[in-house]
Amino acid sequence: MSLIKRNIEYPIFVLIFLVFTLLNRFGVLNDYVMQVVQLACIYIIMTESLNILNGMTGLSSLGQAGFMSVGAYVSAMITTTFINVNAMNPVMQVVMFIVVTLIGAIVACVVGVLIGMPAMRLRGDYLAIVTLGFCEVIRTIWRVVPARIAGAAFGLTGIPKLANFFWCYLFMLLAIYACRNFMDSSYGRACLAIRDNEIAADTMGINCFKHKTIAFATSAFIAGIAGSLYAHLLVYIHPDVFSYAKSSDFLVYLYAGGVGSISGAMLGALALTVLPEILRFLGNWRLVIYGMLLLIIILFRPTGMFGGREFAFLKLKTGGIKTFHFSTFTHWVKGLFRRKEKEAATAK
Amino acid sequence: MANFLQLLVYGFQLGSIYALLAIGYSMVFGIIKMINMAHCDFLMMGCYIVYFLVTVVFGGAELIGPAVALLIILLGSSAIGMVGVGIERVAYRPLRKRPTIMCMISAIGVSIFTQNLFRALPFIGPTPRYFPVLIEDFTVNVGPVGISFTRIITIILAIIIMLILWYVIENTKIGMQMRAVSNDKDAASLMGVNINRVISATFFIGAFLAAVSGTFYATAYPVVQPTMAVALGNKAFIAAVVGGIGDIRGAVLGGFVIGITEILITSVWSAIAYGFCFLVLIIILLFKPEGLLGKPMTEKV
Repeated sequence: MSLIKRNIEYPIFVLIFLVFTLLNRFGVLNDYVMQVVQLACIYIIMTESLNILNGMTGLSSLGQAGFMSVGAYVSAMITTTFINVNAMNPVMQVVMFIVVTLIGAIVACVVGVLIGMPAMRLRGDYLAIVTLGFCEVIRTIWRVVPARIAGAAFGLTGIPKLANFFWCYLFMLLAIYACRNFMDSSYGRACLAIRDNEIAADTMGINCFKHKTIAFATSAFIAGIAGSLYAHLLVYIHPDVFSYAKSSDFLVYLYAGGVGSISGAMLGALALTVLPEILRFLGNWRLVIYGMLLLIIILFRPTGMFGGREFAFLKLKTGGIKTFHFSTFTHWVKGLFRRKEKEAATAK
Repeated sequence: MANFLQLLVYGFQLGSIYALLAIGYSMVFGIIKMINMAHCDFLMMGCYIVYFLVTVVFGGAELIGPAVALLIILLGSSAIGMVGVGIERVAYRPLRKRPTIMCMISAIGVSIFTQNLFRALPFIGPTPRYFPVLIEDFTVNVGPVGISFTRIITIILAIIIMLILWYVIENTKIGMQMRAVSNDKDAASLMGVNINRVISATFFIGAFLAAVSGTFYATAYPVVQPTMAVALGNKAFIAAVVGGIGDIRGAVLGGFVIGITEILITSVWSAIAYGFCFLVLIIILLFKPEGLLGKPMTEKV
């Protein structure tokens, strides 16, 4: 009981899950809305993984979709080509899904390390360019893998639908807490030190190369999980889905939400995945308005919507400018009213 | 051998288009250290403005003759140059004091906005359009190699434009200011260089060259649509980095290297051509991080 009292967010997580599931069951939220919610969960995982590189370690990566594609293709190739999942009983299907997701994530992790180690020679914009290059090279590899195994240029079809809202939601929470723990661990603190000043961190005895490699590996692992979820949710993947445009989407989510903050990444991904769907009534103009809103966010809140704050429920010890308690919000609202009253008084 | 020479001509044509586009990337990076992800949209806009100038002013008449065609291209490209200055003013200038990656994010936003705006505007729309033939084309046979007239004109015009640009950068006041700003912004500012004016001029030149290269591209591959420029922009960007970003000679060299490589690889195995360009980029960056002609960077403590 005291666990729940100390961690009031745990029952809330369960409650959110139950609300969405029940609303879907009783037909209030149709499958289309649920699809958007599930995709939002996956994009939150991706943005968190990008936050480890861009936000915590200060390595700008433009190739996150490449890691995602590795996770997606490896896991989907196993379930589609090598084993027959549909003939298994439901329990085995679940076990199989978790196993292939982990395999996909581990392969993505290995690829991440292989890419990260040589790329570490470069800094700043050049690292971003090289990761972008690797992302496009990986995409080209999926294009030329024989059609029998990975569908080549037609894309991989007939992937069994193993992921559902439960898995997306669960993995999202796991990813968020994994990032939280990473940030609070000695590795995460070392990464933050490298971000703030690499030379100073080096002189303080932090092994920069090792910690950058760890950051790449963790980030690629989480991206691989997101890729596997993506493949088993949409049951169809194509090399062009994981293009540079996808990577830049995640980058935009991260920076619009607030770089370096786990809550910011979460909020940015959620808001910018849902926003185009809300704007759907605008028809052709919806992405124009989306682009405009994006520009407005970036121009008027250059530190992101959340400005480096963290939700209090994450209980972070490091990082984050200011913890965002619920009371912060109420204070802000009260202040707003007070200002209104003051203005009214001066007007009189 | 004849086949190879023929491919080389195609490569030079594509390379000259990439080079013109890469110069814009390179100049912008040299001056404000920012990767302008929206640069390729200037190419797309350039294509559309020339398309509309030809179809509206000349009522869809083709073969308007070289002089008129050149005039229209210069007119349309200048307009796009002004658009470039405007975009810098609205979307990048407020973020200049921020980390450069914020400018890049802003550029991605601009890119999403422009591409979808062009797709949503009723008189443009997402449907591909056929770009009109501007000048009469004929083929000159040089030995076994057939060279089409537009191809050779494209290459020659591109080289002339690059030479003019070279002259402007080396010998005029604004060019000298540009070099000063790219060397040290603060010191240049103290010496009385108007930084804002220099940056505006850079964006004008970059957007102008992108629009010109767009027209050249459209004469070679006459299909115009709002998303045409993304892959092109990426390759031109690679070209700029391969040659050494921030250096105009590097951008030209990189453009020709990438253009020729792409054409040669496409003739062997077209599926990997796009990825192979990136492989070239990675290999060059890993062994010579500053690019082919770039100066080595030193880190200050």
